[in-house]
Amino acid sequence: MSAIQITGLTKKFKERTAVQPLDLSVNQGEFFSVLGVNGAGKTTIIRMLSCLTEPTSGDATLLGQSIVSNPRAVKEIINVSPQETAVAPRLTVRENLELIARIYGNDRNSAKEKATKVIDSLGLSEVERDKAKTLSGGWQRRLSIAMALISEPKILFLDEPTLGLDVLARRELWSLIEKMKGEVTILLTTHYLEEAEALSDRVGIMVKGELRAVGTVSELNARAGNQKFEDAFVSIATESGVIA
Amino acid sequence: MRAFPFASRNLKELIRDPMMIIFAIGFPVILLLLLSAIHSNAPVSLFAISKLSPGIAVFGLSFISLFSGMLIAKDRCSSFLMRLFASPLSASDYILGYILPLLPVAIIQSVVCFVLSFFLGLSVTANVLLALVVLIPTSVLFIGTGLLMGTLVNDKAVGGIASIIINLSAWLSGTWFNLNLVGSMFKAISDALPFANAVNAARAAISGDYAAIFPSLLWVIGYAVAVLVISIVIFRRKMMNATT
Repeated sequence: MSAIQITGLTKKFKERTAVQPLDLSVNQGEFFSVLGVNGAGKTTIIRMLSCLTEPTSGDATLLGQSIVSNPRAVKEIINVSPQETAVAPRLTVRENLELIARIYGNDRNSAKEKATKVIDSLGLSEVERDKAKTLSGGWQRRLSIAMALISEPKILFLDEPTLGLDVLARRELWSLIEKMKGEVTILLTTHYLEEAEALSDRVGIMVKGELRAVGTVSELNARAGNQKFEDAFVSIATESGVIA
Repeated sequence: MRAFPFASRNLKELIRDPMMIIFAIGFPVILLLLLSAIHSNAPVSLFAISKLSPGIAVFGLSFISLFSGMLIAKDRCSSFLMRLFASPLSASDYILGYILPLLPVAIIQSVVCFVLSFFLGLSVTANVLLALVVLIPTSVLFIGTGLLMGTLVNDKAVGGIASIIINLSAWLSGTWFNLNLVGSMFKAISDALPFANAVNAARAAISGDYAAIFPSLLWVIGYAVAVLVISIVIFRRKMMNATT
């Protein structure tokens, strides 16, 4: 069954089309990556699917709930880890987690329990009493993802989760994200080819607001007639003769 | 109600900011002590404690616009607000969540100002309690101003705009000099704006001149309602199409 069913979803900002009519289906429990260079429209897709930006036309249903006609219901079943580190700076790690749990309807005790669980599962124990603003970039990203997970979303949006991190912090986050595979439907945006290759069940390649190709990494390699995913990406991205 | 955990978070962010303590409490206290010392050495009727303390209380409250504006702008610019916009929080939850924690901060600020004034010679009467009530619309006015600034501009710009508002509220309040001495135009502008009216209403309350409270207070209430309504409308509009 589809967790995300997108039909003709389009976003225009005045004359500029950020996302051209998009049709896509993501299965429940699938890890789907949207890969593209900066400005390809990846974040705009996440913003529309998480009801942060109204689509210009088209619609998407998330587990049967429309982002256009029932955003409130959609917001109950999703969570987002935005591109920028979105944490409350003067709250501790635990306080940040409990805040999000309570915002999603948990009472004080239940929020504490869930925070403890997420702190344990995401290895945040050593920093749980530290204020978020004192954490390194890597820890802040980890906290940001933990804040997205504590509401136990059915669908999770990760917008460039490892942007700006060093290679070690990035690998740590990858292993963390991999653990979630299968438990929750994940839509990840990235412009790191190796990230999409390492984590995804399927990858969609976006160029200038258009979804050029969708498939597993091996399917995309085969389509482009290349062995390396980087070559396949460049080949698909420049199919129209223009590098995005 | 989901607004309360959010309000609690905002209160923590505010009281854990050392700059807020310095500006909200420390700065008005120093000014009160300094001007009272001047008055004791060279009496100036304007700096008599019954006139000075309401003026300093209003001046202190003007910093609330800085704190609330900075809090909201930082939440926007760090994408923390975007994370919350993707949650099931409603528009009223956000607005209550930002306003509720600032009201007690404003009241505590005024209480500190009047308690210190008692030691400097202000009569301990029930009129002081009335003055605290009379200052509530002024608090709402500055909270609304902060909400408006934080919704429209980034945290760096909030600092600049808030300093203009703080200066305006100082120069046009009649706390530091007699507005009649500057000229009729200056006096007319001051009378048309809420700052001198806020000080006059609080002074009238302190002196027990109850009939003089309402003409001035109605001006302040009018401004407070207008600013708050405009800020809520703009905040809701931003929320409908969340952009940082």
